[in-house]
Amino acid sequence: MSGRVDSELEPFQEERWRLLALPLDRRDFLRFFGGGLLVCFVHPAVAAQESGRSFGGHPLPRDIAAWLHIDAASQVRVFTGKVEVGQNIRTSLAQLVAEELRVPFETVTMVMGDTALTPYDMGTFGSRSTPTMGPQLRTMSAAARKMLLEAAAARWRIEPASLKAEAGKVIDPRTARSFTYGELTGGQDLVHVVSDSEILASAADWKIAGTSLPKADGRDFVTGRHQYPSDIVRENMLFGAVLRPTGYDATLVSLDSSAVEKLPGVQVVHEGDFVGVVAPDGFTAQRAVSLLRAQWKVPAQPSNRELFALLKDSSDPGDGPQSASGAVEQALAAAPIRVDQQYTVQYIAHAPLEPRAAVAEWNGSNVTVWTGTQRPFGVRDELAQAFHLAADQVHVIQPDMGSGYGGKHTGETAIEAARLARAAGKPVKLVWTRSEEFTWAYFRPAGVIEIRAAAQSDGKLVAWEHHNHNSGSAAIGTPYVVPAQLVHYHPARSPLRQGSYRSLAAAANVFARESHMDALAHAAHLDPLDFRLKNLADARLRAVLQAAAEAFGWGREKSTPARGFGIAGGTDKGGYTAACAEVAIDPAAHTVRIVRVVQAWESGAIVNPDGLRNQIAGAIVQGIGGALFEQVLFADGRVLNPRFAQYRVPRFSDVPQIEVVLLDRKDLPSAGAGETGIVVLAPAVANALFAAGVHAPTLPMAPRTPAPGASAPPLWS
Amino acid sequence: MREFVLHINGSHVSVTASPEESLLSVLRDHLKLTGTHYGCGEGQCGACTVLLDGVATRSCLTPVGGVGDTQIVTIEGLEQNGRLSPVQQAFLDEGAFQCGYCTSGMILNAVSLLRKTPHPTDQQIVASMNGNICRCGTYPRIVAAIRRAADGAAQ
Repeated sequence: MSGRVDSELEPFQEERWRLLALPLDRRDFLRFFGGGLLVCFVHPAVAAQESGRSFGGHPLPRDIAAWLHIDAASQVRVFTGKVEVGQNIRTSLAQLVAEELRVPFETVTMVMGDTALTPYDMGTFGSRSTPTMGPQLRTMSAAARKMLLEAAAARWRIEPASLKAEAGKVIDPRTARSFTYGELTGGQDLVHVVSDSEILASAADWKIAGTSLPKADGRDFVTGRHQYPSDIVRENMLFGAVLRPTGYDATLVSLDSSAVEKLPGVQVVHEGDFVGVVAPDGFTAQRAVSLLRAQWKVPAQPSNRELFALLKDSSDPGDGPQSASGAVEQALAAAPIRVDQQYTVQYIAHAPLEPRAAVAEWNGSNVTVWTGTQRPFGVRDELAQAFHLAADQVHVIQPDMGSGYGGKHTGETAIEAARLARAAGKPVKLVWTRSEEFTWAYFRPAGVIEIRAAAQSDGKLVAWEHHNHNSGSAAIGTPYVVPAQLVHYHPARSPLRQGSYRSLAAAANVFARESHMDALAHAAHLDPLDFRLKNLADARLRAVLQAAAEAFGWGREKSTPARGFGIAGGTDKGGYTAACAEVAIDPAAHTVRIVRVVQAWESGAIVNPDGLRNQIAGAIVQGIGGALFEQVLFADGRVLNPRFAQYRVPRFSDVPQIEVVLLDRKDLPSAGAGETGIVVLAPAVANALFAAGVHAPTLPMAPRTPAPGASAPPLWS
Repeated sequence: MREFVLHINGSHVSVTASPEESLLSVLRDHLKLTGTHYGCGEGQCGACTVLLDGVATRSCLTPVGGVGDTQIVTIEGLEQNGRLSPVQQAFLDEGAFQCGYCTSGMILNAVSLLRKTPHPTDQQIVASMNGNICRCGTYPRIVAAIRRAADGAAQ
């Protein structure tokens, strides 16, 4: 358990630049790929020292972010430490490469998230792949194209400007003669180092990027051919299982493994408080663990009942307010319209359908681990630390996994599998059970958010005070124009292990803020959309609010106690979004159903419209769980609902009619879209409930079962 | 431990396992048919769905000892001579996945549904698919894919 958001999992506002050597040396490289053109992207600061290095004979540059290789058959391989987890980045990055390089999309292969093959990368989080890796790959591709044009021009002894690059060839339009890229590079050993100075194609001229190409290798996902981390099979592989303590922070008092020692082919691995088994198959491994007799000592620990008081009482000022301007107290006291409200957010679980899994294989003192993680290099470092190895003795491979939603940043399963494999002397596969995944992973932080705000009688905001205890600082600042502000994230002592989750705390902060906006609009007797626009200068946020409202038919119908309409908007990580929701309420049955959601989205130039639509619609559906019913119930160091039968996630029957409206700003750089799409569903639904007369300042809003020891039954159950 | 002869994807396969071992574990750990996925082990998510005599069945709750000589079809057995089955093709055409981990189970459950009900209403699709979880939230596309497969069969 951690005292607060784990520092390793702390929200990364900006991806820091960190540079490490190319994993392969030149000899390895030629053995792997043969001759061809290798283009490396380096940071501008490094580029200054590397400048002039080009065309063969030189050692490879030390510090690169990504690289690209074109072989004699014109096949393009692109190497990046980013990972594909279902967000479709494998496809959209390949589109950007194909676009700038002017090659058929099918000839581009992305090699991703492999610590021995790809350059160092901090990890796939914070919606950074599109805005950071996208331009880097585009720059490399544009530079490669330029080199190929120059190479062809030199062979034909004409000016490069008279040639054009198209579909993997350099063409001389006057004579129609051409060279394939492979012909221009084949057999040679060409190295080129670039920095971010290439002129890139304008999104308005895109032909491959900007189109709805289907998911790369999509066929492998409908045939079962794709191998997820838990599907990896190695020769002589055994299966592991770990004995879990009966609660968090437990110490092992005694262990009787005699019943298990007798089982054929089963080995018990007991090192300190770690107890695991290896067996010829997963079934036997699980049965063996169930036969272990252990006594644990578990310290007393809090439950949901004390959660919010605990978070508030234990919070500290952290780094001080995120923003402070004007005389907030004075403005709050003087204004005619004033709303104060506390909002609470329960812990929720990522519950990726593929639980944490790893296959570990030792070769002498080197270890290779296949595992599902958003941070292959981070897991490599964790393994190196755990086993006292150098980083280059550890090889982590991330097969495109059964997703993570921010929940797979850490390497505990990789370490456990490596530990079992070391003891067994054979490769070991370890797949966490669903209940292990629900209990021993980390959670989206719970939080208490307190907002006090005031407006003039004409509805102009004058003061805004927003305190977030524990859940985080993402999107904590209001996008609305408010002269007097105090916005402050207070880290607290979290009783459960917590970490990143899709959009981090933006979902919680936007939920509270946008709920509060509706309470103020109500007090000011203004329509919620009019009230927002009256206080909003940000043109991009205004545009998505208006787009969602228009597509929804906002204002056409009035809310009633049985039917509510709500709107909410928000922005974070370069994405702008707004949603309108319609809910149906059955007061007699105490049920709420989301009937219809229209969500508008804008994140600059769209790289793949269908992939983006899929992300936003998926975020709406996933958002329903955290909005209405998902919550981790816990007491005495145990999770009380660690099964899908007890922890309800959105299902087919929960899905409303969904419409996604995409705004394509070809004049703006592309931002990431994997996360922020989730932030407006909950407040739009809360505001629809509010308009129907139901006030639910809590996430979840309609829990199916009351929290243990809760003083009152839930309003909706 | 006992030896079982299973009929999987048109072939007879011999496997030695404990009778109470789940079919899921036998498929994945003994036979390396890893397209069938583990999601929960209690029949709540549908990731492990296979067809037993054409009927969608949770392989995680099916002891191998009870399978007998039923015809087992896993996701690996749907493609015939390089041709995708109509439901597989419809999932591909609709882009009805993100991470794809639930896809095998979704497809097999849909095949079972369409076998029984060739032209289901949306309500019938939701009712029969509701035991399958997609955490990426691609449900609307999956419904569209099943509709597409049903419409294709009608032509």
